[in-house]
Amino acid sequence: MLSFILRRLLVAIPTILILIVISFVLMFAAPGGPFNSERPLPPAVMANIEARYGLDQPYVVQMFNYVKNIVLHFDFGPSFRLRDYTVSDLIAQGFPVTLTYGFWAFVVAVTFGVALGVVAAIRHNTWLDYLATGSAIGASVLPNFVLAPILVIVFTLWLGWLPGGGWRGGQWQYVVLPVVALSTSYLAAIARIMRSSMLEVLNSGFIRTARAKGLPMRRIVWKHALKPALLPVLSYLGPAFVAMITGSVVIDVYFSTGGIGQYFVNSALNRDYSVIMGVTILVGALTILFNLVVDILYAWIDPKIRL
Amino acid sequence: MALTTDPLDPLPAAADLPQGRSLWADARRRFFRNRAATVSLVVLGLIAIFAFGGELVAQYERDTIDFTLIGINATKGVPSFATGHYFGTDQEGRDLFARTVQGTRLSLLIGIVGSLVAVVVGTLYGAIAGYVGGRVDSIMMRIVDILLSIPFMFVLILLLVMFGRSLLMLFIGIGLVSWLSMARIARGQTLSIKNKEFVEAAIATGVRPLTIILRHIVPNLAGVVVVYATLLIPEMIIYESFISFLGLGVQEPNTSLGSLISRGAAQIGNGVPWQLGFPLFFFVAMLFAFYFVGDGLRDALDPKDR
Repeated sequence: MLSFILRRLLVAIPTILILIVISFVLMFAAPGGPFNSERPLPPAVMANIEARYGLDQPYVVQMFNYVKNIVLHFDFGPSFRLRDYTVSDLIAQGFPVTLTYGFWAFVVAVTFGVALGVVAAIRHNTWLDYLATGSAIGASVLPNFVLAPILVIVFTLWLGWLPGGGWRGGQWQYVVLPVVALSTSYLAAIARIMRSSMLEVLNSGFIRTARAKGLPMRRIVWKHALKPALLPVLSYLGPAFVAMITGSVVIDVYFSTGGIGQYFVNSALNRDYSVIMGVTILVGALTILFNLVVDILYAWIDPKIRL
Repeated sequence: MALTTDPLDPLPAAADLPQGRSLWADARRRFFRNRAATVSLVVLGLIAIFAFGGELVAQYERDTIDFTLIGINATKGVPSFATGHYFGTDQEGRDLFARTVQGTRLSLLIGIVGSLVAVVVGTLYGAIAGYVGGRVDSIMMRIVDILLSIPFMFVLILLLVMFGRSLLMLFIGIGLVSWLSMARIARGQTLSIKNKEFVEAAIATGVRPLTIILRHIVPNLAGVVVVYATLLIPEMIIYESFISFLGLGVQEPNTSLGSLISRGAAQIGNGVPWQLGFPLFFFVAMLFAFYFVGDGLRDALDPKDR
């Protein structure tokens, strides 16, 4: 097990490095620097600014320093546009927010998705099954940027139950709509995967044996069927995590929650390279880490996987 | 009177023979028996007509600004046949019908181009990896895995920011990533094909590997590839709309369904529901239709899958 984890780590670290290199190469290949503006600055000023941000050194040195600062000090450098802010400041401000609703969205998607899938599989071809599959299809054509406005129309404008934006330190009223908007389509996807894998497991031999010896259905599902049926869901969690992190950008922009996505989009519109790179690298590293955890979990649950 | 038929006589007329059914004909029958898929195909056809022919019906250019309507589009920009603004106007007094036509067309194009790239690059990549096997295979697939584990939407936005937000860049960016999962699928399928007898026969007769891949492997991937290409189209449409929703995609005066939805969503408090409603309707209808067609194709072409 330990060697398996180590080997996966050995893959994860170069992946992060590749991500950093890609973003760096992109940055230098891009036409125009971050400080090029309509009105060209005097060369002396330009040179000063570049020295301030370390842009006058050779690329390789810059990249090395960049990586070194991230690894040693968790320092992504200064923001090119927001003076007095470092990228790490912005991340420290936005990240807790994203993490809060992201965590809840993940929990909601997984628990309700799995539950819905199991129920649909057990009540195969009843109205409950059709309801579950029907809503799963419906939810998959409503990506978060479509669902968010619809939710606001219904729950804020018509019913007036929940605020249509803001964060207020994460009071529950402000968390509900972002969580629903972010989780719904992944809930649906998980439900669909769970349903089909549960159906497959329920039709397999060892379940028939369990039935034949007279075990009650509840016990069969809980003790025997759930664990093997969860495996496909588990391998979907990696992509789902990526998609949710990406979706959080929409949530931040639409609900003005002040999460990391808002900074990302703003700096994308302002060409604030260092913020975009910092966020991209952070998100990439998180994703890779999460995939690592999923892999380990997978190996732990599935006895068929050789380590 | 010759009762015996001449052995040299040509075969009896084609009509007398039991009609042979090709695999594709079978698939077509299975597909059209699926009602949801058939209806969706018709819906897609209608949407395509709307997207590519809608401009003939539109009364206004998509970027003509009607200054008399700015700011009062909630009362004066209502959808109506009398004014010629079939879908109403947006807050700049532009005709929403013409804009929706253009947005739908762009979304369709993005979906199709992204999916085409995936088909060409992904299939070849996957087929080569799967056919060659061994170390080449594991390196090629490791690259795909690494690329897949990068949240590419962020990289795509990075790309758009650094090289300017142009349509071409959007196409390139989407094309760059769309082929990854297709490569995996094609590889998996290739692994099961490459040990079949006809491939062995080809190897035995000395056909070059590349020719085997192109002539014997790739055609046999067609079924699976078609299915996933269809399912990929809505995914690409969602990606593009996502980026345009954030204002990072298509730039004015061009528009796409994503940016129309975004602008409509920003206006929902102002009593102009049509500004969100019409683009949203076309978006959802298109995605639904593609999903059902993809599903129908899967049942038709990939029957072993349930």
